[in-house]
Amino acid sequence: MSAFDAAVGRDGPNHVERAQGSPDIQHSAKHAAYALASKRIIAGYGFWIFLLSDIVMFSAFFATYAVLVDATAGGPSGQGLFDLGNVGIETACLLLSSFTCGLAGIGARTRNGFWFYGAMAATFMLGAAFLSIEIREFMGMIALGAGPTRSAFLSAFFTLVGCHGLHVAIGLLWLLTMMAQVFAKGYRADILRRLLCFSLFWHALDIIWVGLFTMVYLMGVTQ
Amino acid sequence: MSHAEQDEDSHYVDTAPGDESLDGYEAAEEIRTYLVGLGLATLLTLVSFFINRTALVWEPSIPVALAVLAIAQMGVHLVFFLHITTGPDNVNNVLALAFGVLIVLLVIVGSLWIMAHMNHNMMPIDQIMQMQS
Repeated sequence: MSAFDAAVGRDGPNHVERAQGSPDIQHSAKHAAYALASKRIIAGYGFWIFLLSDIVMFSAFFATYAVLVDATAGGPSGQGLFDLGNVGIETACLLLSSFTCGLAGIGARTRNGFWFYGAMAATFMLGAAFLSIEIREFMGMIALGAGPTRSAFLSAFFTLVGCHGLHVAIGLLWLLTMMAQVFAKGYRADILRRLLCFSLFWHALDIIWVGLFTMVYLMGVTQ
Repeated sequence: MSHAEQDEDSHYVDTAPGDESLDGYEAAEEIRTYLVGLGLATLLTLVSFFINRTALVWEPSIPVALAVLAIAQMGVHLVFFLHITTGPDNVNNVLALAFGVLIVLLVIVGSLWIMAHMNHNMMPIDQIMQMQS
């Protein structure tokens, strides 16, 4: 069995079942198309592996933060620095942007320009709102003398949260690129695959944010 | 329409049928999935923020409750937004996810465990100072 077969999962038990249940020729032709997994599924799988490696990288930052959370070197701790109101707004922005990003994908696949561009624009606005709130929070902390150089806790905090913010910023650039590509090239199969990868990326950012607001902000305030 | 022609062609070359175009009914179905996901995720987020402030819950249990809620919400995101399912097309995605979760757990639990032990075994800081002087 070649590596390609393994990646595609051609020999999965469900395929055998499907083939047995379909004696007519038309259906088995359709089955042949399924047996060679579509490029869409392979591209999604490849990008999913990239995302998992990204999540593994974040897990190292999370572990660093968890180890250093009490190492405040006499400086401020999370309790005095974090504002849960801000974090709630950020969470709402990111969650809604995940939803609108899904709508944009549906809009693209139904070839509905209004839905696609509208939902992408909404995703961009929500992501930009998230990012600006986060940057304002960082600036406020640095102005209070609680910058990344103050203590090991704050170094770990800025690395972890900043790395997530950087991902959001890159995601916003990618979002604009996708809008431009659809505008210039139309709903071509390869463009739709890129769009699939983008929406996977955006949803994964939201998953990381769930871990972040729970572990850093909520647990940081209760401590 | 040149786009339409290109679409017809690329359908045969690149994709399985029905992969990348939806009719109205399928689109409504998918939107419903996203709405369910959004509702569940919002609910879990609200409970997380609420449980953090309330005095109703026994206090030492709060971090555990927060962790459980976060993991549940990650599951909701995976199923409803990233569409990681148990379907035949998804076997490889699920296996990759399982491996990723294993590595993440090893890194986080392993780091915390080892560092807690090292902290515990370290000499108190004032004694280290005395030895240096």
